[in-house]
Formats: sequence, C-alpha cells, structure tokens
Amino acid sequence: MSVNGGNKETLLDIRGMEVHFETRRGIARAVNEVDLTLYKGERFGLVGESGSGKTTLILALLRMIKTPGFIAAGSATLDDGTDLLKLNREEIRRVRLKRVAMVPQGAMNSLNPVMRIGDQLMLTIREHAEDGEIPDKHTQLKQVEELFYRVGLKPAVARLYPHELSGGMKQRACIAQAISLNPQLILADEPTSALDVVVQRQIMQTLRKLQNELDATVLLVGHDMGLMAQFAERVGIMYGGKLVEVGPVEDIFHNPQHPYTQLLISSIPNFEIKGEFRGIPGVGLSLLDPPTGCLFHPRCPKAIDRCKSVEPQLKEVAADQLVSCLLHEEDQHAPAS
Amino acid sequence: MLAAGICMILLVVLFGALGPIFVDTDKAQPLATTPRQEPSWEHPFGTDDAGRDLLAVMIVGVPLTMRIGLLAGTVGMSLGVFLGFTSGYMGGKIDTAIRGTVDTLLTVPGLVVLVSIASTIREEISVNIMALVVASLAWMWPTRTIRSQVLTMRERAYVQMAKLNGMNNREIIWKELFPNLLPYLAANFTNAVNWAILSSVGLEALGLGPQNDPTLGMTIYWAITFSALIRGMWWWWAIPIFFIALIFVGLLLIAAGLDELANPKQRKAV
Amino acid sequence: MPPLLEARNIRKVYHGGGQLFGGEVSETVACNDFSLSIDADNPTFTTIAGESGSGKTTIARMLLGVLDPSGGEVLYQGQDVRDLKKDGQQRFRQDVQAIFQDPFEVYNPFYKIDHILTTPIYKFGLAASKTEAYEKIQEALRTVGLRPEETLGRYPHQLSGGQRQRITIARALLLKPKLIIADEPVSMVDASLRATILAGLHTLYKDFGISFIYITHDLTTAYQVSENIIILFHGAVAEAGSTEKVIKDPQHPYTRELIQSIPVPVPGSGWIEEDIEEKEVEDLDAEVHTSGCPYALRCPAAMDKCQEPPPFFRTEGERAVSCFLYEESPVLQGNDLHEVFRERDR
Repeated sequence: MSVNGGNKETLLDIRGMEVHFETRRGIARAVNEVDLTLYKGERFGLVGESGSGKTTLILALLRMIKTPGFIAAGSATLDDGTDLLKLNREEIRRVRLKRVAMVPQGAMNSLNPVMRIGDQLMLTIREHAEDGEIPDKHTQLKQVEELFYRVGLKPAVARLYPHELSGGMKQRACIAQAISLNPQLILADEPTSALDVVVQRQIMQTLRKLQNELDATVLLVGHDMGLMAQFAERVGIMYGGKLVEVGPVEDIFHNPQHPYTQLLISSIPNFEIKGEFRGIPGVGLSLLDPPTGCLFHPRCPKAIDRCKSVEPQLKEVAADQLVSCLLHEEDQHAPAS
Repeated sequence: MLAAGICMILLVVLFGALGPIFVDTDKAQPLATTPRQEPSWEHPFGTDDAGRDLLAVMIVGVPLTMRIGLLAGTVGMSLGVFLGFTSGYMGGKIDTAIRGTVDTLLTVPGLVVLVSIASTIREEISVNIMALVVASLAWMWPTRTIRSQVLTMRERAYVQMAKLNGMNNREIIWKELFPNLLPYLAANFTNAVNWAILSSVGLEALGLGPQNDPTLGMTIYWAITFSALIRGMWWWWAIPIFFIALIFVGLLLIAAGLDELANPKQRKAV
Repeated sequence: MPPLLEARNIRKVYHGGGQLFGGEVSETVACNDFSLSIDADNPTFTTIAGESGSGKTTIARMLLGVLDPSGGEVLYQGQDVRDLKKDGQQRFRQDVQAIFQDPFEVYNPFYKIDHILTTPIYKFGLAASKTEAYEKIQEALRTVGLRPEETLGRYPHQLSGGQRQRITIARALLLKPKLIIADEPVSMVDASLRATILAGLHTLYKDFGISFIYITHDLTTAYQVSENIIILFHGAVAEAGSTEKVIKDPQHPYTRELIQSIPVPVPGSGWIEEDIEEKEVEDLDAEVHTSGCPYALRCPAAMDKCQEPPPFFRTEGERAVSCFLYEESPVLQGNDLHEVFRERDR
C-alpha cells in the first residue's frame, strides 16, 4: 500500500495541540503537545488504549469538547490556512460536514431518533447549502438517493426511523450523512466497534471505496490493531495524551521503534501462537498524577535512568517514521524541555 | 439549591422552636389581647378578631403545620417504600395487584376523598388525626415512582451478582437496592411532606381541621370566615400565607437539590 | 455420576409483536435445541462463540439458572435447576460461578469493593471468623495478581477496569467452583490487559482444574485460551470441536465467513480489497425466521434440503458440523457435543 503515489500534499497540520480537563483533583492533560500532519487522500489510523487521548483529539478538531475540558493550546490548520481551533461557533458550523465530517462510534450520537433517515439527510443538505442555493425538494431527494446507493443502502431505508434499522445499517446511514457534503476530512471514531465481524468488514470496505471516490482523508481512531493493519496506510500510536510513534503501516507492524508500540504489537492475539499470553506489564497511567519524564517509563522494559526526568520529543528515525523515545535520540545534549 | 432550601426550612424551624422563649404562647389563645390591631411594635404581626396575637399564633401554628406534614409524609412514605419496593421487585401478580389498586385510587380526586374523610370524623379532629387523614392519600404517588425506579434497578448487573452471591430477595431489596435509592427517597420524602402540608392547609381552609389548634390553615380559615380580606385586615391572612410559601419553596428547593445529588448526570462538572 | 452441569435440548423463544390493531405475533428463537454437558472430574475449557443475536448470552443465563428455558432442561448433578431446594441451590451456586462482561456494572456503587468479596463468604459460610474471611480474600486477590493493600477498602470508581475485572475473578475463586461461566470477560478491558487476564483464566484451568465456558465473539482470544469451541449462529450450533481444528480448518460455511472476516494484524493481506463473493450488500443483521438451517439464506452453498434443520455430522474425531455439505459423515448420536471435545491433559 503506497501513500497516494508519493504525492503528499498536506491537508491538516496539527501543531502543539493541548486539551486539558479541569477536575477537582487537578488538571488532566488529555492531549499533550501533539504534532501531527495529515496528507490529502490518505488513510491514517490513530491507535491508543483508553485514556490515550485519541478520541479527545478528534473531538477537539470538531470543537466538540465539553466543560470541564478545554483547548489549552495549539493549532490545526487546513490546507487553505483555516485554523480549526480558532474558529468561532458560526464558522465551525460551516466547516462541519462541508470540510470535516465525523462518523461517530454509536449511531445514537448522530441520528435523530424521531426523524426518518431520508428526512435527516435532506435537512443536512438544506442546512449546509450556501445562502440562496438551497436545492429544491426534487434535487434533495435525488441527492439522498445517490448517497444511499454509494453507502450501500436500499432506497426504501429513507422512510425508516433509526430504531428500525440494524446496527450495520445505522452506521451506513451515519456514513451517508458524513459524506453528504463531500468533506475533505472524515474522522471515524471506532465506527465498527459495536458491529459484528462480518458486518464490520463490509462497512470498512464501503468506507474505503468512498474515500477513494472522494479522494478524502480518513482518520480512523480505534484500538483494534488488526483493523488498523488492514485499513490504514499510516499509523500513529498515542499513550497518555502524547503521540509516541508515527509511521507507514508496514513499518509500524514489522519494525516498531517505540517500546510501547513493540509491546502493543506483540500482545495482539493471533492464530499462530496458542497458549502464550503477552500483555503489557504494569497499570495504566493516571492523567491526574502522571509520571515524570517519559510517561511510559514506569512500564517500559527498556527504560534508562534519563527516562525518569527527561521528556522525549518526536524525532524522525527512518523514512517517514517518527518516534518519541530517548533511546532514539542521537544528540548527546538533552534538549531543555 | 440544596443549601438555600435548607436555610429557609431551618429558619422556619428555629422560628417555631425558639419563638416561645421570646413570646408568651398564651397570647395565641382568643381573648388574649386587644383584637383587630394592625402590626405594631407591641404586636409585630397584629391581632385577629378574637384577640389572638398573630405572632404568637404563628409561633405555635408553624410547628403544628410542619408536624402534620412530617407525620403524614412519614406514614405515606413508609407505606410507599414498602409497597413500591415489593411491587417493583417481585413483579408478577403482586405487582399487578398493587399497581392496579394504586392506579385506580389515583384517579379519584384527592381533595374529594380528603373532604369526605374529614367531614365523616365525628370526634374532634386533632392535629395527629389531621396528619393521618392526609397520609391516607400520601402513599400512592411514592408507591408508583419508587416502583418504577426499582424496575430499572432490578435489571442492573450488580443485582444479578448479588443473586449469584447467594442473597435472597429480601436481602437484595434492602441491602442492594435501598441504599442506592436513598437520595431519591429523600427527595421524594421532601415532596411528600410538602404535598401533605399543602393538602392539610387546603382542608383546614375549608374548616375541616383541628378547631382549637391555631395551625396555619386554620388561621386562614378564621380569616376567611371573618372576612378579613374585605375588612382590610391583611395581616391576618397574608402572614400565614407568607409562612406557607416560605415552607413550600424551602422544601421544593431541598427536593430539587437532593434530586440533583441523586442524578449525577445533571451535575455540571465532568 | 451425573455430569456437573448439563443442558438438554434447551430452547428459548421470545414472543413479541402483536400490535394494538392486529399484526402478527412474532416469535424469536433466541436459542434452538442446545445441548452440552460438563463433567466435574474432567475439566474442559469450552468457548461458545457467536455474533450478537447468536444466543450465546441467552445460553449463558440459562446455564446459570437465572433464565428459564422455554423447552428442555438444565440439570445440576442430575437435578433440574428449577427444582433445587435451598441446600441444592447453595451447592449449585458454589459449584457454578460467573464472570461478567462489564467490570463496572457488577459493583454496587454504594459499597466498597470488599462487599462483593465478603458477601459470598458470609452467605456460603466459607469462613469461621472475620480474620479467616480476610485471609481468604487476600489469598484470592493475590492469585489473580492484585495487591490487597491497593484494592481493599476502595470504591469501584477508584480502581481501573482491569483491576475490577480481576477482583470479580478473585470473587469467583473464593467459592472454589468447579465451573466458571465467563461472559465476554475481556471485551471491555484494554487490549494490553486482556492477555494478562486470559492468562489468569488459563492458569485456573490448568493448575486448579476449573472448567470454563468462555462466551465471546472474538475468535482470536478464543483460540488463545480455549481447547474447545462451539460456533453459534442465530440460536443454533453451526460447528463444534477442538479450537485448533475449527479455527484453522473451518468447515461450516458460516465459520469460514467468520474467520475470513477477521482483520489480521498483518498489513497488506487484502482483507479490504477482496470482493466477498456475496450477493449484493444484504442486511446481515436482519432476523432469520426459518425452520431449516438459519444460515441458508446467506450461504453460497445453500441447497434445497437446507430447508430442513441439519443434524450434526461428525466429520472427524474432534469435530462436528451442522451442515448438509457433510452428510457423508456419520451423524453424531444424541446431539451431545461432549464427545468431540478435548479434556485437560493430566
């Protein structure tokens, strides 16, 4: 799987993103100084366990963080210079769906339970039309029909309510809504986690087909490594709010550089080895009381002394592969961080 | 909200508890002092037609009314808790029986029932009897709401776990379900008391109350009977109403505050 | 000696529908003619695998005696679990324990986690004194890799999902059961912890001789931890046998479809590019009301005779398939899948 033939135009540039949550016990840095570049037309997988910040990151991009969370710092700039993190309410509303869309984990969060599917989609089309350009009813219907066809839903579904649909069909409806305005970036938050394995495959295939058609970028967030391996072209690993490794999917799986990634890969159950259970030792970190230095050092089998005090930065260690680990820092001088 | 409500009720309670220290409660009796006086330094709340000092009346009456509410609320809630839990948890025929009864009785207009009961009592109505009359209706709504709460909780995983741990039904109801409902029950109780107070005031204002005890409702009754409104003796009816309103709002705030506690999702933080 | 726990042709049917103004009363068969027996003396580790709607949780609940079957019976040491008296109930609850999926919901938020550990000791009379009780609790916690001083005395929300789940396993151990029914014990736990928890279950099986019925939809963990597997589809058993055989060489068309659909963590396997030889995108979750093989509507190899429910064909020593494609093989007598299962090696 090559990255769109080497034509790497940046779509979204995230720099220094920080999302904090204020709690009675202190501030939790849910997204911690994240730098990430997304290219046009690529499929990027963002992997992490619970508390890694992966969902918070995409919610922040769509400005859907609720108190006590808030965006503390950073920028997320689209190819035309628009900084998503600095837009006001009205601007964000226009950006949503037209340029950046989301397929959420549960259809409950996206489909109105008291509206028929067809009506919902038409409403979306109307609401996001440029002023004065609201298409007539007939055009709207045609657009909805076409959307259904592209996501693999029968036209009859338009008259149904969400609760009358199965899990897979609801998710397809969500995808239809997400692509209805031909966005450049689709954020998918574990869209298939509640679905059966067979349905999951079909949905992911549909997603990939659509991505190709739209030449859009898909950011798939999840923790299913198998799914990432099959769907993503590049993968990013998050731990405790930090991005610890980024690289092409083959490299991540065959040659992971960060100790956490290595443990993660080796802990994936497979059909080759039976009866061997390899997990990641230690307990997950607490965002309210994080370790000093490298967040992973208490559980890291390769930790050295410096890891307790120095926070590593993301550095390029191979072609397109970035790692945040002191073991890979060639510089002898510890950067003042 | 909880704090504000508690403050208000505390004020009222203190008023009734400490009042007798400062004011001679005998003045609450008829012919205690000069009648028809406007509020003044000597009689801060004025006096009524029969010569009762209204400040003294309030000091005596407020605790009485609250006592009615508390008594009726307690009896009503206890019955409601018992029936609601049993009905909700046991299900089946018991549930159908209890629920059917409650639903049917609820359709009967409460005031009509209360009036019928109250007017049938030949002997003199004491404060306690008043409370019981009101309690006869106060149990129904709690039974319903508690039942529905129990219905949802019954399916929770920790109830299944309790079964697997060897607990029997009775133990599950009291040890597993009941503690989790405490804030909800407290809010419910507050509402029951509130409702009881208002009902008793309603009955008393019609004259169906303890004739010799100066409860808030009875005071209003006397005020109406003696046309205080027309005669411009505003202090006779306005002051009891003020206290009723204070108690009502206070209890309402407490209930709302407890509701917020019981329902963590409503809280604004995380 | 009768088996420890036996399900004989259990069925569960739900009646729904029947709208206010007519309309059909629909019947959903959650589980159709399921049989399984677990022997006390020969521990086994069996997975019941299936997608949502397959009936696996329904079967688990019937086996635990918390749900009554519509047909057939569940027997504990030869006695129907519905007929057990107080004594029998106690022994049943001690011998057959459960671990649930959600490591948070099983805790009553009002109590500290100790409550879930002390209650069974008290109710089943497992300790003579408070000290003895706490000793047992501490031992159980250590067995599952937890430190008592870090877990006892805390409220559920103060512990992580992995810790909470391990405490439920510790609880199950306290009663020294002979059989543990684990319903998706790791699906709500972080990936990194799953291996540790599964390793724990596996040790209990290998070292303590506790039989397991492991309910899941995740075939890869099933392969890791379990010796036997039963594949369910819409309430009926499609295939059963040793995990090694069934997963590495699936014979039932549904099992094949399942295995093929699992995304392997090896990039470039063609999982997403491959066009599944499927009729157009059917709604796969639609309910199936049929008296024959439930998979027939979707099966690429469906034949006319699939309108009849297929019996179990024993295609080899350690496997049985419920599919007419294999009618050459002998029919499994008495529906007892027990025969194709492996037991723990001594």
